[in-house]
Amino acid sequence: MQRTSVPPIYNVTICGGTHGNELTGVYIVREMQKQKMEKAGSVSVTTVETNPRAVAAGRRYTEMDLNRCFTDVLLSSPITESTPYEVRRAQELNAQLGPKGSAKAVDLLIDLHNTTSNMGLCFIFYSIDWITLHIYKYIENNLNSVPVRAIQLDIPSSEAYSLESVGKHGFAIEVGPQPCGVLRADIFNVVKEALDLTLQWLQKFSSGHSFEGGTVDAYTFVKSVDYPRDSAGKATAIIHQDLQDNDFKLLRSGDPIFQTFSGDILKYEGEDLYPFFVNECAYYEKKIAFHLAQKKTYSFPHISVKND
Amino acid sequence: MQVDEPVLLPRLSRVAVCGGTHGNELSGVYLVREMLKTEKRKEDGEPASVLMVLSNPRAMQQCSRYVDTDLNRCFTHATLNGPVSEGAPYEIFRARELNALLGPKGSRAAVDLICDLHNTTANMGLSFIAYSDCDWICLHIFRYLQMPDTPMRFIHFDVSTKESYSLDSIGKHGFAMEIGPQPHGCVKSNIYTAMKEGVQHMQDWVRCFNSGCVFDGGPVDVFTMVKNLDYPRDGETRSITAAIHPRLQDRDFCLLHPGEPLFQAFSGETIKYKGNEPLYAFFINECAYYEKGIALSLARKKRVTVPSIRVQTDEEERASEQSFASEEEE
Repeated sequence: MQRTSVPPIYNVTICGGTHGNELTGVYIVREMQKQKMEKAGSVSVTTVETNPRAVAAGRRYTEMDLNRCFTDVLLSSPITESTPYEVRRAQELNAQLGPKGSAKAVDLLIDLHNTTSNMGLCFIFYSIDWITLHIYKYIENNLNSVPVRAIQLDIPSSEAYSLESVGKHGFAIEVGPQPCGVLRADIFNVVKEALDLTLQWLQKFSSGHSFEGGTVDAYTFVKSVDYPRDSAGKATAIIHQDLQDNDFKLLRSGDPIFQTFSGDILKYEGEDLYPFFVNECAYYEKKIAFHLAQKKTYSFPHISVKND
Repeated sequence: MQVDEPVLLPRLSRVAVCGGTHGNELSGVYLVREMLKTEKRKEDGEPASVLMVLSNPRAMQQCSRYVDTDLNRCFTHATLNGPVSEGAPYEIFRARELNALLGPKGSRAAVDLICDLHNTTANMGLSFIAYSDCDWICLHIFRYLQMPDTPMRFIHFDVSTKESYSLDSIGKHGFAMEIGPQPHGCVKSNIYTAMKEGVQHMQDWVRCFNSGCVFDGGPVDVFTMVKNLDYPRDGETRSITAAIHPRLQDRDFCLLHPGEPLFQAFSGETIKYKGNEPLYAFFINECAYYEKGIALSLARKKRVTVPSIRVQTDEEERASEQSFASEEEE
């Protein structure tokens, strides 16, 4: 199999509180700061609470979803008096951790999130990047407490809108189900374990260890499905109990997806696809009941760190 | 009077079902909206037997628990009747509106029964929450409701009428129907269905009761609130330093013994329950209670014997008033 040498990872930044009511990241970052977790072997570790105002308010965001503010357009838009807090904050974070796309950007950015959907632990990333896939594989092989999956968003870097796109390498770790505003110890433990494994991998990588290639089955976003709505725009149905909590279970034509308040069942029509973010509470306002994905297999090569 | 005669209670002429008292507890919001829609479609002009109310429309609109202050703490006599300034929280004004609509609290004009719909992030199944452990109406409705797939419990908050603070305290009888687990801002079909069935059965019971059915008595296990426990917190920042322990999470109504795991510190250490007696835990990890300093609530359990009951007929009411009057004369 192909062997590739990859530039070193000198630093990693772990972010929490990008959505102020997704509490695992908030408390993991606070604990890492308390323990003064600044180094993992030769790799330097930074932690950032990215949306402190939203965290203090116990809300996802104050004016605008911070995790949609990292497109090239929004990062370079002029700041005026009416610029939402989160757009300003995104530009601050881009200056601190980026600039996005430049040589100065942090080597690896990991952004911690929670979802109300039953998604276990998911890596969410934009590009098929060997570092990300190797770390994913390492976690998939070593973390046994919850299902581990990879989600790929096929969006070019300039349009990539979320925080992890600022780093040279980046991915979000999304873990659920956890209600917004709630901190569950079991989820906290899972994320802590995933981060410990990530830092372990980075140390091994930095010290010259060679990692075997392989394949990853990733779910690639295809489209979203909204709730049925009435003429006033109000949802007229909720996720059907057969779909609820069945993220990543193949959805086929004829399978129930919604039940209306009056008791009717609405069925899915379309190609066989995998649902995820099923009944994510923050997506009601984004008019998303669930996303649909195809499953694709990606191969990745043996890698080791490039020596100067 | 013979011991096994049913207790006679006045008719329940006016019943109210309230949703959205907390704007992000969505099962009640959607259920009341749906019931209001169904009501509009009635063509026979029959007067509504049940009053449907969306209690906190502004909070519902922004999908938050409340706008300025928790509406469901605004129904004490003091808050309802005391002086209020123009800049007072929205919810205080709204509480007074609701008191005018469904009360006034403590008066003969108050509705006979209020059922206030709530959701919790705690794994509590369907819980009735009431101020009394001897309100036979509420206890009989609870007995009648028993649904095969939904665990049900009766929780008693031993708070006097003077201090009672929630919406259901406005009615002559009242209880909160609390169903979980459901994230706030989310609707889960099994939870919605359980609430819909619960409200439907309650309405069936009221109809039956008013038409003269006798409801046989029997035992009901009642959980009486004893105290709340807060999270361990950082002395300076007041930020929590631990989460509910994984062995306690989701185990609402389990008996927690002294020495058993209670919290897991972020450092990994287990913090144990240090109380004097075993107590039943509930509202374990309710999201809205972090800001109230409550990680979980603890209760004692006891068995209450509920007598059989029947509605008091007009004749019986007149007869009892007459005998009362003649007793007074003597």
